[in-house]
Amino acid sequence: MTYHFNFNFVWRYADKLYWGLVLSLEIALISILIGMVIGLSLALAYTGGNRWIRSAIAAYVEFIRNVPLLLLVYLVFYGIPSAGGFAYDALTSFIATLALYSGAYLVEVFRAGLDAIPKGLIDAGKAVGLTPWQRFIHVRMPTMFRIVLPSLSNVYVSLFKDTSLAYVIAVPELTYGANWIKTNTFRVIEVWIVVWPMYLATCYALIYALRLLERRFSLVRR
Amino acid sequence: MPQSLVQIRGLKKSFGSLRVLDGIDLDVAKGEAVCVIGPSGSGKTTLLRCINLLEPYDQGSIKVDGTEIGYEEGGSTRKRRSERALAPIRADIGMVFQLFNLFPHLTALENVMLGLTKVRGISKAEAKDRAGHWLNRVGLSDKLQSLPSQLSGGQQQRVGIARAVAMGPKVLLLDEITSALDPELVGEVLSVVQGLARDGMTMIVVTHEMTFARDVGSRIIFMDEGRVVIDGPSRDVLANASQNERLKSFLARIEMKH
Ligand SMILES: Nc1ncnc2c1ncn2[C@@H]1O[C@H](COP(=O)(O)OP(=O)(O)OP(=O)(O)O)[C@@H](O)[C@H]1O
Ligand SMILES: [Mg+2]
Repeated sequence: MTYHFNFNFVWRYADKLYWGLVLSLEIALISILIGMVIGLSLALAYTGGNRWIRSAIAAYVEFIRNVPLLLLVYLVFYGIPSAGGFAYDALTSFIATLALYSGAYLVEVFRAGLDAIPKGLIDAGKAVGLTPWQRFIHVRMPTMFRIVLPSLSNVYVSLFKDTSLAYVIAVPELTYGANWIKTNTFRVIEVWIVVWPMYLATCYALIYALRLLERRFSLVRR
Repeated sequence: MPQSLVQIRGLKKSFGSLRVLDGIDLDVAKGEAVCVIGPSGSGKTTLLRCINLLEPYDQGSIKVDGTEIGYEEGGSTRKRRSERALAPIRADIGMVFQLFNLFPHLTALENVMLGLTKVRGISKAEAKDRAGHWLNRVGLSDKLQSLPSQLSGGQQQRVGIARAVAMGPKVLLLDEITSALDPELVGEVLSVVQGLARDGMTMIVVTHEMTFARDVGSRIIFMDEGRVVIDGPSRDVLANASQNERLKSFLARIEMKH
């Protein structure tokens, strides 16, 4: 007996995949934006903070990094509401999870970036008469972002792939859409033959766009 | 005696238990170019960094144009000014660094403009004019849009000078500004400094270039172990060098390197 490919079912439900992909991208984008705010604030707090602040931030980073993301998804969706006596929808919960997750990684990225700003540049900013705030805006931030851009790109791409975990709490993103079609049509192989290139193409498009950005903001112009 | 533009009295500074400046007294008159020489580790860089408040100091006073710069005056306790309060004071004290320290994400023009717009509050258009003027003056009118990474060391250092001078500082501090340059690029930078000296810019120049010290500086300060050992007119100091053992051996070592 041979397997007969039949893509008709997949095409019939193509909008589930299309909107799934759109939602995946939205989730990634919103999470990374919140994650960046978390990461940058904590990196700055760490760099300028006392021992207690540093330990608290280190504990957060260590906790997140040593718990599998899937567990974190369950923890935030089931654990926190039942302990706190409230509820939120799956999408909000998942975005919160990814934001906390990427935030922990970004703390490290930004901290390394802040450390890598050459001391001489800060001195130069002082010598010109910039105030601490002006040095932050015009010297530290632009230099730091250019230093960390390649690491940021990696976080972005892996975060997009991580959105697929949302299907375990029934957020209708791309993987959820694929699973839905699969359970309703039993066309397992066909679904994945379509979905896999969707992930692949999106990742490549992301990487390409980020490379352009890196080149545009490179400190070394070729 | 006219009041000096820079007046340093009893300046002391330690890093931990290491005393780096051990009671420096120094007066620099307006329009004077003073060259500071001395062996490695004698405290030259630290002295300049104190004058621009990049380093706190332990004791003594530094006045520029009559105002005590780093610390609040009056009272019995000595209180360092806040970074915010220091900013406008620093804007009047120019500094050119050994390793250029240009802002790597800004073009040559933007490097010079940043202080003019943000600190001096000059409009973008006027700042551009002024920055262009100074970059032209240091011979870089064709490099306005270049990033630091696209410039040679000598060109970067000339941007560094333009950035400092464009602010219209009362005094300019230069810390071995040619020592990171290939020998063939030293001349172009020194001639820019020579021009500034001729125009009456008040300067404190730390240098290892003895010919430069003789030609540019009206005065030479020889530092050793955190003290001013010799302070006098350039020609006299160099002519009588053999009478001071420490200066003699310092100059001999410099000779050998060149
Ligand atoms: N941030 C610092 N922390 C600890 N020690 C320092 C620091 N900066 C300078 N020193 C020490 O202070 C002494 C004077 O240093 P400084 O850089 O002022 O000397 P210098 O005369 O400029 O020397 P060079 O000719 O090598 O540039 C040196 O012994 C140096 O090791
Ligand atoms: Mg030095």
